[in-house]
Amino acid sequence: MKLELRGITKRFGAMTANDNVNLVAQGGQIHCLLGENGAGKSTLMNVLYGLYQADGGDILLDDRVVKFSGPGDAMAAGIGMVHQHFMLIPVFTVAENVILGHEPTKFGGLLDLESARAKVREVSARFGFELDPDAIVGDLAVGVQQRVEIIKALIGDAKVLVFDEPTAVLTPQETDELMQIMKQLREQGTAIVFITHKLREVKEVADKITVIRLGKIVGEADPSSSANELASMMVGRAVDLDVEKAPAKPGSATFKVAGLSAWNHAGTKVLDDINLEIHQGEILVIAGVQGNGQTELTEAIIGMHGKTHGSIELNGQQLIGKNVKQVLDLGVGFVPEDRTEDGLVAEFTIAENLMLDRSDRKPFAKGISLQLDVLKKFAEEKLKQFDIRAQGISSKASELSGGNQQKVVLARELSRELSLLVASQPTRGLDVGSIEFVHEQIVATRDRGVPVLIVATELDEATQLGDRIAVMYRGKIVGIVPSDTPRSVLGQMMAGISS
Amino acid sequence: MNKVMKEIFSASTLNTVLAVVASFVFGGVLIAFANENVQVAAGYLFARPADFFMAIWNSVFGAYDALFRGAVFNYKLDGIVAMVKPITETLAYATPITLSGLGLAVAFRSGLFNIGAPGQIMFGAMFAGWIGINLDLPFYIHFPIAVIAGVIGGALFGALVGFLRATTGANEVIVTIMFNYIAALLLGWLLKTPVLQAPGAVNPISAAVSDSAKYPLLFGEQFRVHTGFVMMLLAVVAVWWFLNRSSIGFQFRALGHNPNAAKTAGINIGLTFVLVMAVSGALSGLAGTTQILGTEKFLTTGVAASYGFDAITVALLGRNNPWGVLVAGILFGGLRAGAVTMQASQGVPIDIVLVVQSMIVLFIAAPPLVRAMFRLKAQKGGAQ
Repeated sequence: MKLELRGITKRFGAMTANDNVNLVAQGGQIHCLLGENGAGKSTLMNVLYGLYQADGGDILLDDRVVKFSGPGDAMAAGIGMVHQHFMLIPVFTVAENVILGHEPTKFGGLLDLESARAKVREVSARFGFELDPDAIVGDLAVGVQQRVEIIKALIGDAKVLVFDEPTAVLTPQETDELMQIMKQLREQGTAIVFITHKLREVKEVADKITVIRLGKIVGEADPSSSANELASMMVGRAVDLDVEKAPAKPGSATFKVAGLSAWNHAGTKVLDDINLEIHQGEILVIAGVQGNGQTELTEAIIGMHGKTHGSIELNGQQLIGKNVKQVLDLGVGFVPEDRTEDGLVAEFTIAENLMLDRSDRKPFAKGISLQLDVLKKFAEEKLKQFDIRAQGISSKASELSGGNQQKVVLARELSRELSLLVASQPTRGLDVGSIEFVHEQIVATRDRGVPVLIVATELDEATQLGDRIAVMYRGKIVGIVPSDTPRSVLGQMMAGISS
Repeated sequence: MNKVMKEIFSASTLNTVLAVVASFVFGGVLIAFANENVQVAAGYLFARPADFFMAIWNSVFGAYDALFRGAVFNYKLDGIVAMVKPITETLAYATPITLSGLGLAVAFRSGLFNIGAPGQIMFGAMFAGWIGINLDLPFYIHFPIAVIAGVIGGALFGALVGFLRATTGANEVIVTIMFNYIAALLLGWLLKTPVLQAPGAVNPISAAVSDSAKYPLLFGEQFRVHTGFVMMLLAVVAVWWFLNRSSIGFQFRALGHNPNAAKTAGINIGLTFVLVMAVSGALSGLAGTTQILGTEKFLTTGVAASYGFDAITVALLGRNNPWGVLVAGILFGGLRAGAVTMQASQGVPIDIVLVVQSMIVLFIAAPPLVRAMFRLKAQKGGAQ
């Protein structure tokens, strides 16, 4: 089947998310849609899937114009989608999930689970998935859950399969396996649209690459192009993806975590006997697939995690038992994972956000009276220093792009005297230009002799930024290795296999 | 739900003004419907349509003219005192409503939906009243102590809610609503015990507050408006400064907009909950003192009237901005003062004013509510 998008335009108010976008996907081809976060990739696919109605343009299947008023129409026409966030019910079995929405029935309206099981077995045998139709989905590994999603799409007889950022939640091994599955599907004649911003994956599987930037197609690229060339197309200017940094000159180990364990509200152990040290002037990256205890580790350091046991020492001071304010006062800079949720007050101005953690002390407050002129001077200085692109210091944080929001958070955290910097996924969802800037700032902080702890979920960032890498799996440190460790070894460690 | 509340409180100035105008129009329709002359004229509408429209005009204009005369300036009376008395009545009514509205605005801005103003006003009145009735001191000591006692009473009763929220996570909406009952029943009971009941009295009423604890009158004996009004104006300025220029107010607002970010920035959430409710309760407590030490002078179960609930509307109408709350408070004071004249001179029931007040709330709150109920997207920011 051939899918064609012709002149698709989608507007939200004054913003044009898709501007006259053309795209053709052929059966037996993997078509990559490459673009930065916010470039309009997901909007385009939601138009295709019937979730949004286009303001202009047509969708054509085998050269016939089709109209989708909802996902049901799209599925019936043979378009399947594997979502970034799985649309599965964790307490159902694989077979139950797969038939959800078009349940086969026997005589008398009884659910025909047996035929569903048979179908799951048949499809999974065809692709070598080894899926047990009776397994509970919630018990399966993330990569396996994704296969359930794929089977769900295939059983609906999808001729066009859309993968929306499918590798975000996978380990490197699982990613490799997914690439194999895509190639297999291609052999079987399925048209695949693969949405991503990860250049390595594109180069591995793509037959055709379309680059989208700010809602417009900027051109097609050859799969043999270099990563830097692709990135430049994506961003619209020359970029250098490598982090430039001199070799670390580690000083003494001022930050020590020993025997740290933590439990969540349900009483489950989320951190299990964590031991690590970070030297002054060194970046330690915590690598691992999301949800393996990284968030809890940073929360424990910052004083926000309730039940902890063990020791976290900074310059000889015990952090466990201290509240957030006391920890920050010891010179800990913290860049949270979710900047809009935990890092910024969206309705506050840039200036107000810059003093969020110091609003009750000098120089920003005298007694309880805010010193707005001091704040104004400070904010204007930081605006320049951190190249925050905004109308001025009175712009609201919500009006800024993700990159500029992150710069505000960094400006606040780095403008104190630091004895430790903790940054959780500091470049998540940022454009390439901002990623460069954030990396530069982190390296500069290291070079000032500050111990730095970074949480990274992408291996590229971990190996480029880190001086050493600690891999976490299910709340444990699997091992701490130098940053030039091969990807395959790191990937195995992320899956819990220690070398 | 919090999101809906946020949207309700962020109605634009234009929306708010239109809501008030639309409510008065709607009130006018009701007045016309209920008017006998209009009903009679409607009977021969096709014979003499002009009569019908004249009757409508007379009834609506008559009612709103009476409202104006009762709330602002009564040009039909003789003598300057009688003519300007209405505006002073408006200011007297506006004083407790605005003070309490300020308190609620502080809580709403900090993300706490304090519905407990009635109870907090009663606590303020009880504390201030007890001091005002039972102590015998010179004015310069007695009056400040009585006012401060009332402020502390309201603050403590509010802070307790903040404390429960901080330690147990109890929802402040439910707790404050239940606390209103506690305050009302406690007041009713104390008014039947020697603690507050006047010696020898049969009814639940206290003795009069001594003169040395009263708010001095502003314009002499002929007018009820007292220095509590000046206190209210000072409170408007103070609350504005507190929210916008003080570090504690900044932390309050940070908590209101994004508690997660506030927590991550090292702000002590639990302590701030207690402080917010203390400040909010203190302002309602102050409203209670203007009632007991200013307008009413005796403590009865009706001391808080409906001011605590009016204050919610006033905070909503004033968009949680102290100056807006002042304007809305005076509008509501005027409605209350004018309603009496409207009923006396035109026979329009006082309830019409209640309808207008309620319509204002509906017109402001309804669009976000309707959108939330039907899960429609807000006009702005349709993009994800």
